[in-house]
Order: sequence, then structure tokens, then C-alpha cells
Amino acid sequence: MIEIKELSKSFNSHKVLDGLNFEIDKGTTCVIIGRSGCGKSVLLKHIVGIMRPEAGQVFIDGKEVNKLRDKELDLLRMKIGMVFQGGALFDSMCVGENVGFGLIEHKRLKKREVFERVEESLSLVGLGGIEHLMPAELSGGMKKRVALARAICIKPDIILYDEPTTGVDPITADSINELIKRLHDQLKVTSIVVTHDMKSAYKIADKIAMLYQGKIIAEGTPEEIQNTEHPVVHQFINGLAKGPITETLG
Amino acid sequence: MLTSILNIFINLGRRILAYVYFMGGLSNLAVQTLFWVFIPPFKKNRILEQAKKAGIDSFPIVSLVAFFIGVIMALQTAYQLQRLGSEMYIASIVALSLVRELGPVITALVVAGRFGAAVAAELGSMQVTEQIDALETLATNPVKYLVVPRLLALSLMMPVLTLYADIIGILGGWLICVQKLGISSSMYLHITFDALLYKDLFTGLAKTVFFGMIIAFVSCYEGFNVEGGAEGVGKATTRAVVTSFIMIIAADCFFTALFYFILP
Ligand SMILES: Nc1ncnc2c1ncn2[C@@H]1O[C@H](COP(=O)(O)OP(=O)(O)OP(=O)(O)O)[C@@H](O)[C@H]1O
Ligand SMILES: [Mg+2]
Repeated sequence: MIEIKELSKSFNSHKVLDGLNFEIDKGTTCVIIGRSGCGKSVLLKHIVGIMRPEAGQVFIDGKEVNKLRDKELDLLRMKIGMVFQGGALFDSMCVGENVGFGLIEHKRLKKREVFERVEESLSLVGLGGIEHLMPAELSGGMKKRVALARAICIKPDIILYDEPTTGVDPITADSINELIKRLHDQLKVTSIVVTHDMKSAYKIADKIAMLYQGKIIAEGTPEEIQNTEHPVVHQFINGLAKGPITETLG
Repeated sequence: MLTSILNIFINLGRRILAYVYFMGGLSNLAVQTLFWVFIPPFKKNRILEQAKKAGIDSFPIVSLVAFFIGVIMALQTAYQLQRLGSEMYIASIVALSLVRELGPVITALVVAGRFGAAVAAELGSMQVTEQIDALETLATNPVKYLVVPRLLALSLMMPVLTLYADIIGILGGWLICVQKLGISSSMYLHITFDALLYKDLFTGLAKTVFFGMIIAFVSCYEGFNVEGGAEGVGKATTRAVVTSFIMIIAADCFFTALFYFILP
């Protein structure tokens, strides 16, 4: 279970998160939607503790992320997989070393076992047999999928996906959605998915939440969100140029 | 008028603040790194990889620079000593200046320009592409993973490179004296080894360990603190080199004074 309480963060006096409250139950998939630049990536970074909140707390299974000591934080992080928006692959290492990084650094596994896990993770994202390539040799969508493979390779309990289907073709996007669903159904992984793609949101989510002006303004099941009365959410999910969101911006 | 004077003070204040901030950050990084150096696991391969980049790959350029410095030193001292008719002492002056000062400083500057810039650019682009964040989410401390190997590699390779630079520089001086000034080879070497004391060699090499640490800390610090994409990486690289240069020269001044007074 992930609980976020009164989380605030600003950059140069620009308030990005403003007293945000949110909860995600164990084993569920939660999709976070919101406009570009509204702070979705910032929110994910607070959950893994690579950004420090100005105010408020993040709890994972009852433990406050920011109060953990280095050792405990590392243990926690080995249970969290994060897919960065830009992939964030280590470009001095080949794909195989990238995907197996967590295992090589922290688990006492034999070379062969690591290799098998890497192979398995890569074929899950549909990229078997490219271990030896360097990140610079991959296309944008391939990088994203390798980043996904790196996140699932450590077999985490929680996976944070920052726009996993942006920049990949529709067929691959759907297979990534299938993968997220399968991890949810079979391994009971807790997932938080940031996406702009409403089609995948409806497909994978147990719960959809909308981030707007630093707060979660609406949350509910895909049906509830689809039939929402909330004008802001309505404008966003239907992709309308006219509405309350664009009016407040003047 | 009043506002422009005020502005000068405000600017000055800002600079001082930025400087204090920089020194604070740098010492913080240094303390963290020195802590992580002693925490296992120790990954030998990563240290060796960096040692190759910092040390082995610098040999050609260090050779070239040290050789020219040796030649220049010989010619320059010859110009002055010929008037006194005491060319004999060229060898000892070249040897002492190289081993005590020029060898260490020139090597450090070359390594700062070559390896320090590369480190700042590499860590800087890792920072802007979120690779440093990714390291952390994979439960890996960036200081332990990135700074420690570079620090150890530099502290290890600087004395080796400097010793090598000393030898090549003396060779350059030897070439000029023997080939052009008609001093016999055995005489040159004899005077060289006569003039050099262990103390000279030791102080010369010992301070390069600190120069190596300066290069490691400054370039890693600048790399970690990049802001603003590719442009930021470029600025950080420049700053890393310039700051390393200044700090190396300042540290050398300090060590020279220190050794002068405690090891007369
Ligand atoms: N390290 C940082 N320094 C300064 N400002 C930042 C930093 N990270 C994020 N911001 C600011 O915070 C805001 C939210 O950024 P964030 O990356 O979370 O947006 P996002 O919701 O993920 O957008 P997108 O959908 O385009 O990825 C932006 O206005 C951005 O300028
Ligand atoms: Mg984002």
C-alpha cells in the first residue's frame, strides 16, 4: 500500500505539488493522468525517494520513505521498479548489463542465472536477443522497452511506469499494456502508470486519478472517470481544446 | 550612482555566496566519497577501467608535454648559465625543477584537461538524462558507484604518471645538453642523480596524490550539479577544468611552502 499525505514541492517558487493526498492499494494498477508539466514525473520521483518533499510524507507499507536510513531505503528500492520517461539507460553499458544491473550489483546470482533473467525480461518486452547492443544503437521505442525490462528484471512488488507507451507503435503499446496487466494478474504487482494514452488507461487501470494544479482532483474506476461530471476531467479525457483547463490559463 | 555602487556590492555578495556554496558542496562530496571508499564491496574492475582512462591513456600526451618542457628548461637554463660559464649545472637545475615542481604540476594540468573534463561531461550527461536517478532507484549510491573508482584511479595513477613525466623531461634535457651543448652523457646523468635527493622525489610525488583528488572531486561535483541540458554539460565541463587548474596551482603553492619550511 502506498499512501501520500499532504505532499508539496516547488521549483523556484513555482508550486508543482500542492498538498497532494492519495492512496494506492496493494496489488492494484493505478493510472495517473494530467496535462504535460503538471508534475506527474515529480510525483513518481517522490515515491521512490529520489526527490525530497518540501512538506508532507510518502508511506510505502507503513514506512515513511524520507525517514528511512540508507540501508532500509536500498532494501525498499530493490522492491520498486521504475521506468523513467526518457528510459535513463546507462549508455556506457550494453543492453544486457543495463537490464541485469540490479541483479549484478545486489543479488548473489551466478552469471548464468543473471543471463537467464535478463533474457527472460527482454523477451517479455519483445526484444529477445539484443543483449549485446549499446543503448545508442536502439530506437526510442526500443529504449523504452529495455527500460521496462530493467524495471521488471529485479522482480519488484511495485512498478512505477512513466509513460511506458509514449513513442512506441500501437501494436507494441498494446503488448506493453498486456504485460502490465499480466504482471498485475499473475504476480499481484502494484503498479502506478503515468500516461496520456486514455485507451491504455481504460484498459489497464483499476483506478484512474487526475493530477491538476498540484492535487488529485478526481479518482475512480475507469467507468466512473469516463462518465464523470467533473468539467476539468471531462475536458481532459475527451481532449477538448475549450473548457475550464484552458480558460484558467487565459 | 548610489544604485550602481549598491549593485557592485550585491554582485560581490552573490559571488561570495556562490563560492561558499561551492566549497560546501565540494567538501560534502569529498567527505561522502572518503566514507564510501572504505565500505565494501570493492569493485576492482571499475577502478582498473578508470585507471586505464585516467592513466594509461594519458601517457602519450604526458610524454609529449614533459619532453618539450625538459627541452625548454635545458635551453632556458643554458641561456642563463652560459654567461657564467657554468653549463655543468644545467642538469641539476633541470632535474630539480622537473621533479619538485614542473613534473607534478604539468602532469596534473594535463590530466585535469583530459580526464577531468571527460568525467565532468560524462557524469553531467548522466545527470541530465536521469541516469544518476536511475542508479539510485536501483539501490546504488552514485557516489560509491561513480566517484570512488575515479578517486582511487586518479590517486593511484597521478604519482605513476608524474614519475614517468619526470623521467621523460630529464631525457629531453639530456638530449639538448648532450647533442647541442657538448656535455658528456655520463656527466649529465651523474650530476642529475647527484642533485636529486629522495626528499625531492618523495615530496614531488606525494602532492600529486592530492592533485588527483582535487581533479576527481571537482569534476565529479561539477558533473553531478549540471542543470539545463547539453548547454549545462558544456558549462560544467569548462568550470571543472578551470576550477581544477586554479585549485591545483594553489595547492602546489601551499605544498611547496610547506615542504620548504618543514623539510629544509
Ligand atoms: N529538477 C527540476 N528542476 C526544476 N523544475 C523542475 C524539475 N523537475 C520538474 N520541474 C518542473 O516541474 C513541473 C512538473 O514537471 P514534470 O516532469 O513532473 O511534468 P509531467 O507531468 O511529468 O509532464 P509530462 O507529461 O510532459 O512528462 C514542470 O513545470 C517542470 O518545469
Ligand atoms: Mg513526465
